[in-house]
Amino acid sequence: MSDVALEAVGLVRRIEGAISHTLVNGIDLKVKKGEFLAITGPSGSGKSSLLYLLGLLDAPSEGEVIICGQPTSKLSESERADVRLTKCGFVFQFHFLLPEFTSLQNVLLPMRAAGKMSETEMRERGLELLASLGLKDHADKRPNQLSGGQRQRVAIARALSNRPEIIVADEPTGALDTTSTEQVFAILREIADSGRTVVVVTHDPALAARADRRLNIVDGKIQEMSLGDGRVSSAAVAAAGP
Amino acid sequence: MSLDLVLVADVGAMTTNLLLDIAWTHVTARVRQTLVGMAGVAIGVGFTIMMAGLMQGSQIDFLRQLVDTMPHITVQDERRSAPAQPADRDYGAVQMSSVANVGDRRGIKYPDTVMRSLRSWLPGDVAPSVKTTAIIDHGGGRIGITLVGIDPRQEVRVSKLVSQMRQGQITDLNHSPNAIIIGQALAEKLALKTGNTVTLIGGEGTEVTSTVVGLFRSGLQRVDEGQVYSLLGFAQLMMGQSGVINELRLRLDNPLIAQKVATQVEAQTGYKSVSWQEANSDLLSSFSVRDFIVLTVMGAMLLTSSFATYNIISTITHEKRQDIAIMKSLGMREYSVRRIFIIEAAIIGVAGMLFGWVLGYALCYGWSKITIYDSFTGTNVPLSIYYSPMHYIVAGGISLLCCTGAAFFPARKATRVHPVEIIRGAS
Repeated sequence: MSDVALEAVGLVRRIEGAISHTLVNGIDLKVKKGEFLAITGPSGSGKSSLLYLLGLLDAPSEGEVIICGQPTSKLSESERADVRLTKCGFVFQFHFLLPEFTSLQNVLLPMRAAGKMSETEMRERGLELLASLGLKDHADKRPNQLSGGQRQRVAIARALSNRPEIIVADEPTGALDTTSTEQVFAILREIADSGRTVVVVTHDPALAARADRRLNIVDGKIQEMSLGDGRVSSAAVAAAGP
Repeated sequence: MSLDLVLVADVGAMTTNLLLDIAWTHVTARVRQTLVGMAGVAIGVGFTIMMAGLMQGSQIDFLRQLVDTMPHITVQDERRSAPAQPADRDYGAVQMSSVANVGDRRGIKYPDTVMRSLRSWLPGDVAPSVKTTAIIDHGGGRIGITLVGIDPRQEVRVSKLVSQMRQGQITDLNHSPNAIIIGQALAEKLALKTGNTVTLIGGEGTEVTSTVVGLFRSGLQRVDEGQVYSLLGFAQLMMGQSGVINELRLRLDNPLIAQKVATQVEAQTGYKSVSWQEANSDLLSSFSVRDFIVLTVMGAMLLTSSFATYNIISTITHEKRQDIAIMKSLGMREYSVRRIFIIEAAIIGVAGMLFGWVLGYALCYGWSKITIYDSFTGTNVPLSIYYSPMHYIVAGGISLLCCTGAAFFPARKATRVHPVEIIRGAS
């Protein structure tokens, strides 16, 4: 059985229009199970676009995204939604919690949408997740009653609720203070250490350096890849994995 | 049921609960908007029920008067089509001119036998009558009338004349020579009272002095002004045809089957049998037009009320674009997200419908207490309201349909949004 959780083959994302624009330009990439991958690059380099393609939020113009061995280019929109629901967990720069729902209700949302557990099981898991992220006493609070860091941790709990293989995070610390940033990154590190694949887009080189591997994207292409031990390699090595 | 099906049903129920929860949260978070939407639906449903009750009530009231005043079926001494003439039979001519038709003797042949035969199967009763025209002459005023000769003993079984009597009794016809019963409106026109005498001039020029022994009021102006009752023999005298019965008057237990029974009677007797529906076909057809107009107006009311729902769902979907994007990015399918907003509209629709039912009933009750002055009769007439569960079901059903339909389009538009566009925009 392959140990690759996420694979991109010749991934291209092009915006067609009066002036065509290529956001992601032929990226090949393999991410192993339990790997913590950071994607960095200047603004507009295509790192978020790559992340959305890897998380099936967007469809590539060319190429293929393979999630846990399953090619996804021929899937319908509903099938892609099912893959997102069961195999991917999303964390965004802003928490994007449903404002009328409590922390616990927000965490339960993906589980209820998947409908694989009983109400009791879902509730137990939701409380367990919140407790593991230090939010035991905030289960019944609404997002507007939480701090920025707490909201982001609730969003992480929500991303983890369906036990996805892959966590995709787009600038998860972009709107947080230093303490919260440290907390969130530590949590993501723990998630990766527990065997899940974590792919994070970040502007912060110090945080990216703490990932197992870092990809630097420029103009939609992988410019370089750094391994955790400090070795730097070319795009060809990125395609092959660490 | 297989395990797979059980699981699918379970998953479906859980997802539906989630959608219901989200929808409920949305509508309860916007109390003012939700109340406005519900009020719109409630007013639409309430006034539709009131209008339907009022229109159908007045229609039924009018038809009841019509049916009560007239025989349900009238068998006349004529045929639907002209009988074949000897010239046609003998020569089979395509066209003939200047050949006089052979006339039949007027009246229904063997009326007693026909009535006995009809009574053997008819779901009602039958009575003989003689109908002719005459002129009533009193105090210098001359008015053309329809003189209907009846047998009072049999007439009570086929008409409501007894209950329509305002002065005198139907049996008083037997107590005075050449007695007549006239309509109240005609009496007022000619300043007549019971006991007064008038001159009746028949079609053959016969002039007879008659005594007014009673006054009736049917509620139909044309009948009250133009119809006069007498005994059979007197009408036959005015007609100049003794012993003739030219009309059989039928009353049915269920007036609604009159058309069907009339066809059977005509097939059996060969005489033209006219149901009350056929006799008033122009009026009933005008009712159809009126019904259509009323239905159109009610439909427009319900449709207009659904615009409030459209407005609310449009606002919610606009405000919730970010939530929609997040739900889609988490893996909720587009149609599931769309269902949230349809459910919201349904919640508003159902609540509005329930309030509308209460409002409709209250309006109907209130209107039934209102009386309107009738200048013809000089009395205060209450508004007739017809209470029917069908009004509530139809008004509520159409309203729900309009509400969910109104929500569908903004919901579809909103859920087609690509999550990445919203997430990028927020970032």
